[in-house]
Amino acid sequence: MPLDRRAFIRGSALTLGGALSLRRLPRAGAAQPTIWDRRSLQRLRIWDLHGHLTGVGGTAAERIRWILRYARRLGIERVVFFMGLRFRRNPAPREFRRDNDDLMRALEAAGEHALGFVYLNPNYPEESLQELDRCVRNGPLVGVKLWVAARATAAGVLAIVRRAAELRVPVYQHTWYKTTGNLPGESTPEDAARLAAACPGAKIIAGHTGGQWELGIRAIRRRGNLWAGLGGSDPTAGMVEMAVRELGAARVLYGSDCPGRSFASQLAKVLGAEIAPVEKRLILGANLRRLLTAALAAKGIPVQP
Amino acid sequence: MIVDVNVHLGRWPFRYLRHDDPARMAKKLRSSGVGQAWAGNFDALLHVDLDAVNHNTALWCRRWGGGLLVPLGSVNPRLPDWQTTLLRCVQRHKMPGLRLYPGYHGYQLDDPAVGELFRLAQQHRLLLQVAVRLEDPRTQHPLLQVPDVNLAPLQGLLKAFPRVPVVLLGALRSVSTRELEAMMDWGPLYVEISMLEGTAGVQRLLQRVPRQRVLFGSHMPLFVLESALLKLMESELSQEEQEAIRHRNAQVLLSGKKPS
Ligand SMILES: [Zn+2]
Repeated sequence: MPLDRRAFIRGSALTLGGALSLRRLPRAGAAQPTIWDRRSLQRLRIWDLHGHLTGVGGTAAERIRWILRYARRLGIERVVFFMGLRFRRNPAPREFRRDNDDLMRALEAAGEHALGFVYLNPNYPEESLQELDRCVRNGPLVGVKLWVAARATAAGVLAIVRRAAELRVPVYQHTWYKTTGNLPGESTPEDAARLAAACPGAKIIAGHTGGQWELGIRAIRRRGNLWAGLGGSDPTAGMVEMAVRELGAARVLYGSDCPGRSFASQLAKVLGAEIAPVEKRLILGANLRRLLTAALAAKGIPVQP
Repeated sequence: MIVDVNVHLGRWPFRYLRHDDPARMAKKLRSSGVGQAWAGNFDALLHVDLDAVNHNTALWCRRWGGGLLVPLGSVNPRLPDWQTTLLRCVQRHKMPGLRLYPGYHGYQLDDPAVGELFRLAQQHRLLLQVAVRLEDPRTQHPLLQVPDVNLAPLQGLLKAFPRVPVVLLGALRSVSTRELEAMMDWGPLYVEISMLEGTAGVQRLLQRVPRQRVLFGSHMPLFVLESALLKLMESELSQEEQEAIRHRNAQVLLSGKKPS
C-alpha cells in the first residue's frame, strides 16, 4: 500500500481542523480474534437492527423461529424485524395494517429474542399516524420503518417523523444510491439528511448507509441525528472503518437484512473491521439499545445497556 | 485448514483496501486458518500488458506466499496473441489455472476465441476460473459498469471440453440455486461462496448443489475474509460438508492440475 493510513488520517485531521471531528484513529495490529466462536460472539451482546419475514415459507411464527435459530448460532441476542410476510412497495392502509399484524404475531412467538418497527406509508399520512399510535404508542413496536413508497423529502414523511420523535422512537429510512437508478420513491442519504435537518428532534437511521457507502457516509456526516445502518449490502472491506472515522462509532449500527442477507456476511463487516473492540461493541449492540431505551422503558422491557 | 479459491493481489481500482498488499494478505490469511489461497490479480482487470501482470502475480506469490499463495494467470482472448500469454502462464510461471474476466474484458463466453482457450486449457491441463461478478452492479462506478457474465454458453464449452474444470467466482447473487442445480449436469462446474447470501445460505445451497462442487472463496481483499468464515458457522453443516467445502474439494481439483 503506497499510503500510510494512519499518517493520512492524522494529516487530514490536521488539515480539516475542527470542521470535522475525527473521533479516533484506527489502530493497526491490535490483537483481536480473527476466528470467532459462538461464546465470544455472545459476549459482544449483538442486537441486529434489520430483519424481515419474507423469502422463507410458513406462518409468521414459523418464519421468525427459523430465522432466529440461525441468529443464535452466531451469538445474536435480539433482532429487530419490520414489514410483513411479503414486501409491498406502496401498501394501502389495510395492507400495512395487515403487515404489522403479521409482524406482531411473529414477535409474540419470538419472545425476548425479537423486537419490531411499524411499517408505514407516507402516501397515507393520516392512516399512518393512526397506525403509529396503534402499534407503537399503544402496542409493542419500538420504531418506524419507511421504505420506497415516497422519498424522505415528501410531505407525508415529516408528519410521521415528528410524531415518532414525540414518541421517542427511531425511524429507519431505507436509502440507496444506485448506479443503476433508484426507484421513483426511493430515498437517497441526502434525502434523509434533509429530513433530519427538518426534524432535529428525530433519530433517523439511513438504511444500507446508502449502498454506495462512500457517498452515503459523506451525505449524512454533518447531521448528528442521523445514524448509519450497515445492513443489506455486500461485505466490502473499509465500510465500517470509514463510518467510524467520519461519524464516530456511536452513530453506526449493525444490521443484517436477514433472511435475504446472511448474518455472517453482515456481521463480518464489523468483526473484520480495523477498529477498537469497544467500538465493535457499540456498533454491534450498545448503540441500538441506547436508541431504543425510551421505547423499551415505556413498554416495561428491562434491558441492560 | 482452509483453501480459499478466490483472492486477488494487485490493486482494486476504486478504493484503498487494508489487505491489498501481498505481505498483509498472507498474514491475515494465515492467522485466520487459511493454508492455501488461489490468487489472481486485480491489475488484470484494466491493464493491457497481461504478461507483466501475470509475471507480478507469480513473483508476489513466490516472494510473500511461502507456499500459501497459488498464482493464477489471466488472459484476454480478445487481445492479439493471447496464446503466448497463456503458454507463459503454463511454462514460465507453472500456473495450475487461469482466471478469466469476460465482464471487464468485454467479451461473451460464446466468442469463438473462448472455445480455442478451452481447447488449450484442456491440452495443458489447466483449470479455469470465470469471474462472474466482482462488484454489485448497483455500486459500480458510473463510468465502469460491468454486467454479470452470461453463463449459458458454458454448457456447450463443457460438453466440448469435458476435462476442463470451471470454477465460477462471485456467481451466487446472479445465478439462482435452482439454475445452478441444472448447470451441474453440464460438466465439472464449481462455485465458491463469497457472494452467497441469505440466512443459512450454505446449507440451503447444499440442498440443490452437491457438496463436491462447492468451494470456500472469500473475495479478499475487496470483501472481508470473516464473511466467508462465518458462513460456515451460520449454516448447520455435517463434518463431511465442512471438510469438503473448507479444503477437500479444492485440493482434489488442484491435484489433477499441476502442469508438469
Ligand atoms: Zn431490508
